[in-house]
Amino acid sequence: MGQDMSHHYLLSEISKPGKIGCTLPALDVPPTELPPKELLRQELELPEVSEVELMRYFTALSKLNYGVDTGFYPLGSCTMKYNPKWHEDIARLPGFASIHPLQPEESVQGALQLMFELQQYLAEITGMHATSLVPIAGAHGEFTGLLLVKAYHQERGDKARKKILLTDSSHGTNPASAVMCGFEIGVVASDSAGNVDMKSLESAMNEEVAALTLTMPTTLGLFDPKILEISQLVHERGSLLGADGANLNALLGRAKFGELGYDYVQLNLHKTFSTPHGGGGPGSGPVCVKEDLADFLPSPLVIKNNGRCEFVSQAKSIGRIANFYGNFGVMCRAYAYIRSLGAAGLKEVSENAVLNANYLKEKLKPYYYLPCDRTCMHEVVFSGRRQRTKGVRTVDIAKRLLDYGLHPPTVYFPLIVDEALMIEPTETESKQTLDAFVEAMKEIARDAEENPGILHTAPHNTPVRRLDDVRAARNPDLRWEMRSQGFE
Amino acid sequence: MPSPYLPSADADRSAMLREIGVGSIEELFRDIPERLRHANFKLPSPLSEMELKKEFNQLASRNASSDNYACFLGGGSYRHFIPGTVEHVIGRSEFYTAYTPYQAEVSQGTLQGTYEYQSLACQLTAMEVSNAGMYDGSTAAAEAAIMACMITKRGRVAVSTTVNPTYRAVISAYVKGRNLSVETVELNSSLSSDCACLVVQQPNFFGYLEQMEAHVQKARDVGALFIAIVDPISLGMFKPPGYYGADIAVGDGQALGNPTSFGGPGLGVFTCRQEYLRQMPGRIVGKTVDVEGKPGYVMTLVTREQYIRRERATSNICTSEALMALAAAVYLATLGKSGLRQVAELCYHKAHYAAEKIAKLKGYSLVFSEPFFKEFAIRCPVGPSEINQALFKEGIIGGLDVSHIIDNSMLLCVTEMNTKQEIDKLVEILGAFYGARHESSLPAL
Amino acid sequence: MTPKEYKYTQEHEWICPESKNKGKVGLTDYAQSQLGDIVFLDLPAPGTQVEQGKKMGELESVKAVSDIFAPVSGQVAEINQTVVDEPGLVNKDSYGAGWLVRLELSKPSELDALTDSDKYDEFVAQLTENESEQAGG
Repeated sequence: MGQDMSHHYLLSEISKPGKIGCTLPALDVPPTELPPKELLRQELELPEVSEVELMRYFTALSKLNYGVDTGFYPLGSCTMKYNPKWHEDIARLPGFASIHPLQPEESVQGALQLMFELQQYLAEITGMHATSLVPIAGAHGEFTGLLLVKAYHQERGDKARKKILLTDSSHGTNPASAVMCGFEIGVVASDSAGNVDMKSLESAMNEEVAALTLTMPTTLGLFDPKILEISQLVHERGSLLGADGANLNALLGRAKFGELGYDYVQLNLHKTFSTPHGGGGPGSGPVCVKEDLADFLPSPLVIKNNGRCEFVSQAKSIGRIANFYGNFGVMCRAYAYIRSLGAAGLKEVSENAVLNANYLKEKLKPYYYLPCDRTCMHEVVFSGRRQRTKGVRTVDIAKRLLDYGLHPPTVYFPLIVDEALMIEPTETESKQTLDAFVEAMKEIARDAEENPGILHTAPHNTPVRRLDDVRAARNPDLRWEMRSQGFE
Repeated sequence: MPSPYLPSADADRSAMLREIGVGSIEELFRDIPERLRHANFKLPSPLSEMELKKEFNQLASRNASSDNYACFLGGGSYRHFIPGTVEHVIGRSEFYTAYTPYQAEVSQGTLQGTYEYQSLACQLTAMEVSNAGMYDGSTAAAEAAIMACMITKRGRVAVSTTVNPTYRAVISAYVKGRNLSVETVELNSSLSSDCACLVVQQPNFFGYLEQMEAHVQKARDVGALFIAIVDPISLGMFKPPGYYGADIAVGDGQALGNPTSFGGPGLGVFTCRQEYLRQMPGRIVGKTVDVEGKPGYVMTLVTREQYIRRERATSNICTSEALMALAAAVYLATLGKSGLRQVAELCYHKAHYAAEKIAKLKGYSLVFSEPFFKEFAIRCPVGPSEINQALFKEGIIGGLDVSHIIDNSMLLCVTEMNTKQEIDKLVEILGAFYGARHESSLPAL
Repeated sequence: MTPKEYKYTQEHEWICPESKNKGKVGLTDYAQSQLGDIVFLDLPAPGTQVEQGKKMGELESVKAVSDIFAPVSGQVAEINQTVVDEPGLVNKDSYGAGWLVRLELSKPSELDALTDSDKYDEFVAQLTENESEQAGG
């Protein structure tokens, strides 16, 4: 169909000389002399497309996409919860969208007030002393947290602390962030119950360790009951305990990282706090810290003095880690979320998230191998190893789910589970949706036994079928090119 | 308590508890130590959507938005025209509620949109490859510096004194984070032989244009890479980094279709030479085919990234600014070849009109005589903060106070959004300001 | 199955001894089947000194990075440019056209300690058996 073809031509192909996408005003001041020719560019090859074609093109593209508004999106540790619509209107208010970051503070008191309160709410939610809203995504927050750790030990004059300990189930950003801060990595094993192996931790925890990064619940979706023992050991050895707060959805309104013994935690507003993922950002990764680390927080912080909000840079701050103050537009949405839920509402989030995940665990257990059969938190990790004996891999299961109009869970993570399927339903899903997911998974398990071919060739019903990523990696085609006539 | 975001009914919850085999949801939290699983949270009581919208309107009204004030601020965030197409594309929930496109078959919208962005970024900068975007211009510059150290296997980064001070601070935090060294250099001085890269901003922080070819040569002479930090709007008329020999070109794409938004979200534009492709951080989208031979798009060269290479990754970056990159693609496609050039020229002529008029005012002078684009520094008869207060009373947000760098100076920015009336009013108040001050210092008659 | 005149390592590399203390190095068929489609090779430049058992390069499949280890010590004399341009040759013809580098051996006696083809075939057979046991569990 004609409409269906809209997305098959790229902008470079739709382009024709003389078309315009919008109108601009004429120059209303006398023109001035142009700068020397050597500074100027002679050609500028950008597409020329009418607004009509442009909107049809991007509308057609949007229809190829699956979002939370399309359906179930159970990606583990991503917390793909529903994004409340009125938050979008708030963030677009001119008083928030059209303010410049370098305006005098008196002229942006509303924005500063919002940031000040959000700093406080996040500290309260995590049981910490202070918050920096600057980090622009979770990984950026991890990087910031580790710079704080580095500054803390430097201040103490302890030069031996060169290592960060991670668990074997940690997210790839954890070791990558540690290296960006000049640390070495040590790995602590998980035991067969999916908790931290205390023997492994005890032997790894020495005076070289600056901090242990421990996601809680872990990426297996499990809460380690020994958390107080772990934090005690870490502190006894002069080290710090940090959380990758990606899994906060399990603890929201119920438990505080600070009370569990953590010294710092980095959050993801685009996970726990309902702000949209945008296809890969914008996110926001605030860091909340105990008093010991507060002096080192990146600049600037928002404080309130005699009813007036202002930015301050602390003397011992690790400095600037972004151009401005963080993703303010994202903060508006997270702030709206917290104000509309309150403490009781946040508690219901974690209750329903944990309930939904445990329900899926029970319903899927007969069909898929469950490495850790115990109460899970907001997510549950299965293994596709039973299906593997029939020649069906987790990737095939994932691709077949697409044929049911469902987004697959996270696959092949955490690395310590073979053929991992990491399922996080979130609280914003009904029992009906969960049951539909279970039915699809049951059929796929049956197909794995009786008709594996249909899984190997999945997906069948999506806008494109399985894509050749070997070709994409061997012969990278990363852009189109438009060149002007007769220009080398 | 019912919630619009909790679709399960009470009966559903009871049924689920029965299936799980527990009496209450409380039992599911058993693994948390008892005394820690009922924490108390001091947060404001929840309000309805209607009540909160009212509160938000009040909060927003306490901010002076550039919809109501004439804005002459730049310094790394810019008020540019955003065509209606942008909002209506990125406002589509299929785009903004989607996750990172790991399942490519149902993410072709995001992926193809990113491929378009990568292509447009390369066309604009005349560089060979682009990634899918990073956090902002400052962190893109920092990651570029680290990339140069990895490529040259050297540990010293040189940054020009004329680079935005915040960018210099961020570069420093990242470089020192890896225990490497960074130094600020005057562009007329020589580079040390162990220098991994030279970082120069074009136009620079003060708004004027640098002699980029000469600086590129200086870097080449010591075997260092050249990193350009560019203003994407300026590339509508000025020579792009690909033509003067940059190895890596970065910048902030906020100006490409995104509002100032109090500094975030922005967009880190990141482009480089083809030969450095595998050292480039960030996500990259590539074109391929599916099993039926149909064209399609996937994230590619993923082995550079943290979820594969972990501690050996080029960067820890995961989520970036994908929606802002889509906005930039729509912006560049909407403005197109003639539109972007027109925007750049409007900025150029309006800024020069303002500068010429201000230069004629008593007590004022232009700090620099070099060619500039849309920002320029003026020396004022008194401290800029005093002048800005007066301007603000008249509905104008004045320039950036840079007195801590150059005495009594402010950095003004004029874009296509500033009308002749606004500029004339700015000039009038600046002029009257000096006149009033001047008169007040005369002895009483 | 595996060429008789080649020698093998536990990391699934092979070396084909040539005259004048040279040797061609590559990956075994088992290695390529485990790695999946190879998309990129990062080989040491000619002139690089390599040490037996130490990492000398990397190869990438779509979703994984693996180290390439030097089976013996010496200096890189030549790299196979064809396989760099067409990494899929490692999958298609791992013992022939998919060779990686040619080394000048500094300690030819190291060859004696390497595994011969029969023992390597046994080793692989054992590995394959272990895997199918695990998968069944």
